[in-house]
Amino acid sequence: MNANVNISRRNALRKSLATTGGLIMANELYAGKAPSAPPTDIKAKSVIQVFLWGGMSHIDSWDPKPDAGRDYMGDLPGVIDTNVDGIQVGQLFPELAKQADKYSLIRSMTHGINGHETAAYYMQTGHTREERLAYPSVGAVFARFKEENYKGLIPPYVVLTKPQGRFSEEGFMGPRYKPFATGGDPNTARFEVEGIVAKGITDERQKARRELLAKTDTLGQSLISPVLSDARFCKDKAYELILGSGKDVFDLSKEEDKLRERYGRNTFGQECLVARRLVETGVPYVVINFPGGWDTHKGHFARMRQQCPSLDQGLAALLEDLSDRRLLDSTLVWCCGEFGRGPKVDWQPPWNGGRNHYGKVFTALVAGGGFKGGTVVGSSTAKAEEVNERPVYPGDLIGSIYELAGIDSNAMLPHPLGLEARVLPGEPHVVSGGRLREIM
Amino acid sequence: MIKTRWLQLAALALTLSSAEATKAVFEDTSPLAPANEIDRLVFTKLSKLDIQPVLCSDAVFVRRAYLDIIGKVPSGERAKAFIDDPDLENKRSNLIDQLMGQKEFLDYWAMKWSDTLRIKAEFPINLWPNAAQAYHHWVRASIAENKPYDQFVREMLTASGSNFRVGEVNFYRAIQNKTPEGMATVAALTFMGARTEKWTEEELKNLTVFFSQVGYKPTSEWKEEVVFWDPLQTTKVNGNAAPGNKKVTTVIAPNTNQTPVAVESPNTATFPDGTTIKLSGNLDPREVFADWLITPENPWFARCAVNRVWAWLLGRGIIHEADDIRDDNPASNPELLNWLTREFIAHNYDMNHLYRLILNSRTYQLSSVSNVENPKAAAQFAAYPLRRLEAEVIIDAINDITGTTDLYTSAIPEPFTYIPKDQSAVSIADGSITSSFLSLFGRSARATGMASERNSQITPPQWRHLLNSGHIQEKIERGPNMKKLLAKRKNPEELIDSLYLTILSRYPTEAEIEAVMSYGNIGFSKQPPKQKNKNKTKLSNAQKKKKAAEAKAIGKAQINDWIDITWSLFNNPEFIYRH
Repeated sequence: MNANVNISRRNALRKSLATTGGLIMANELYAGKAPSAPPTDIKAKSVIQVFLWGGMSHIDSWDPKPDAGRDYMGDLPGVIDTNVDGIQVGQLFPELAKQADKYSLIRSMTHGINGHETAAYYMQTGHTREERLAYPSVGAVFARFKEENYKGLIPPYVVLTKPQGRFSEEGFMGPRYKPFATGGDPNTARFEVEGIVAKGITDERQKARRELLAKTDTLGQSLISPVLSDARFCKDKAYELILGSGKDVFDLSKEEDKLRERYGRNTFGQECLVARRLVETGVPYVVINFPGGWDTHKGHFARMRQQCPSLDQGLAALLEDLSDRRLLDSTLVWCCGEFGRGPKVDWQPPWNGGRNHYGKVFTALVAGGGFKGGTVVGSSTAKAEEVNERPVYPGDLIGSIYELAGIDSNAMLPHPLGLEARVLPGEPHVVSGGRLREIM
Repeated sequence: MIKTRWLQLAALALTLSSAEATKAVFEDTSPLAPANEIDRLVFTKLSKLDIQPVLCSDAVFVRRAYLDIIGKVPSGERAKAFIDDPDLENKRSNLIDQLMGQKEFLDYWAMKWSDTLRIKAEFPINLWPNAAQAYHHWVRASIAENKPYDQFVREMLTASGSNFRVGEVNFYRAIQNKTPEGMATVAALTFMGARTEKWTEEELKNLTVFFSQVGYKPTSEWKEEVVFWDPLQTTKVNGNAAPGNKKVTTVIAPNTNQTPVAVESPNTATFPDGTTIKLSGNLDPREVFADWLITPENPWFARCAVNRVWAWLLGRGIIHEADDIRDDNPASNPELLNWLTREFIAHNYDMNHLYRLILNSRTYQLSSVSNVENPKAAAQFAAYPLRRLEAEVIIDAINDITGTTDLYTSAIPEPFTYIPKDQSAVSIADGSITSSFLSLFGRSARATGMASERNSQITPPQWRHLLNSGHIQEKIERGPNMKKLLAKRKNPEELIDSLYLTILSRYPTEAEIEAVMSYGNIGFSKQPPKQKNKNKTKLSNAQKKKKAAEAKAIGKAQINDWIDITWSLFNNPEFIYRH
């Protein structure tokens, strides 16, 4: 290739950067004024959401009712006193019991929906499906409102490790706000992150490949096209992460073994550790989709015994570690499923000691980022069957999270057709028990 | 003759800049004459802009035709046979006919219609799996028999029956907001290309009347639902926005304590063109609307259809966007749109005739690398626009070329839905059956039926996936077809030809061959030059072993190099974009 071509390509690239910038500006415009001038009192700089897909039983975990008897408590009748007077958790949560001063339990979560998809949509977006649009998840809203001031290389909305289908999606906002799902398993020797840390390909080989790609881009050499310039710009962005040091955040060998042990040498534990590392580098929103489901219609108690220990250990270590590093004040952690599970055990076949979907009342755990610890919000009735006092709807919890993160829940979201769509619904779709003022 | 043309080209290339030279790969510079009325109407506009249209090369055409007609890339052999075919007069139209006869043509066009008609089992459309399959089956069968478009639409609009057995009734179920207003909005968007958001309230209200007597009722079969003409509105429940909707998932008898809503069927109705008619109690108003819609004089119906097909093939509508037809959004070439509409109606709404008209036009066959600078040119179709391939098409192409497959599933409802291993992504009926690749690459959400729901902008995460994911890397390293291809590596020139033909559907250029040959260890000859050993002593065993090990190491490195070269072709914009 001669020097002339090189220069013209460089010019083309410069042009391309200009057009791409223009495109982004235009995008910002069509949603009205993009979120600028961040409010000064942002408490939650980052959020870690632990999602318990399938719906974890509340009565066996964070809302135990020891007096309700075997029909309700089943094979897990025990409770543990926590380090906060008057708060008890289920017998499978000894580690979280030691950290209760750091988190609050909302024992009056409710929405009354018993279908996975509709409930998950509500819990992940704050919108009901009666509104006609497909709304973005909380993480995508963070990506939207934090992108301007977030300069990191890692995408602003990361999912560990598998995406949760449409419910962690960008909704109508378009692929720009799609979560980045890492894939891979952080509990292996090398955490292979989809598209960033590839198997068996050295940086040297990456560079050689990239050169080859540029040399053989015959189409790109034949025309100046905004479409291809855009593509080139995005490709350069992609390479910043593939070849740069940004990917070190996924390298858990940089952590001490002792700490890795404390989180638990299992997938969930190490995901919690990666989440902490991501938050340290400033990633605004990290979701951990608990590896393994909680949809325990059958074999419920065995599954609880199997899964709760890693949830307990990982989450407790995360809260303690964040607190030790003085990150808990600026990092909000929330953990729940799309609903709870029937507090009355189904002993009959085919369930044989199972629990079914239950949206009437369930528990969420929140910590840090402006949420007080050591408190219980609301309560359920004696057998954990209904809200006893202080109902908290998904929109109340999510609205409180937005508030702590400085996101105006009445702000407009960018809809491609310019339809009116707000961060959280207004009348007539809003059902509310009020924001979580008591712990904010 | 071909040789002299090459020589001429080569001579020409020397005097032109390098960019002009590379263009030769993509263009056919022989004089261009209109092939049909489309071209006459388009070229007239272009000459006013001082634009000299340029035809695409045969190599570009074969790839374009495969991608646009059947959503697949041609095999290396097919591409080679077409490029080398000396029948310059007929080979393009022959290829069009041949491709339109393949079953993949049905799959690909059924996919396009499935986006528009929102064929999706789960959220937010909630057709349910059986019904999604039935709906898709009906669409695909309609394409297979080349059902006249007016009949295709009439069947949907007037359908009654079970969602599992009468596929087309699902038109009324593939609507998020199953109210008369929601149905009217969807009918306007789908068949008139009109967005009712831009209508007056009065206009929408008028259209709503035609859909005010659609009923839904459950059966004792799980998730079966019957759509029917319900003039007494027996399934409508007070205060329930979606008639019948709440009962769809239950098998209990309807609540008989609920007083049915008092019926006030309107006696008159007004069509979108302002004509008011009387409604008879004996006729489903949907039939009245359908018959008004599909008359040749209807100003929306045929126009919307030809404009949509044009947009599918040429990347933008004559009215742009193709689903935003309104008075203040004029056609960029009204004569062209009028002519196509008349032609479509005169041929009894024959879709295949319409496809052939467009595909055989020189306008469709224009180059994508010339005439792209003038901003007015795009609206006048001066060049074939670059567009990223659809998610389904990219992954099918990668799988076909490497000989690998992907797993497509629907997580909900249980039991999990898995589909056969060798099924292409394009042929998947149900938008809920998916993979992380499909969702990353912006497959249509099939929630509203808008064309914009399918996103074909490339993003950094998509690049990272193509450039650096285990998913793609494994296909290149382990795909059985790749192994077969790379077995030819003893003859690098031949292998380069095969790789280019297989992945990019064309022969490599000199510059590309040079770039590939100088990559890594490719240039190393397998046979090391004979040593001129003065002493002529035999090599010791240890030396032999060492040599063998070196040769083996180079061989191994070469395999990796070829993998890298293959990788670079999959990441070439020529692969990712239709052009």
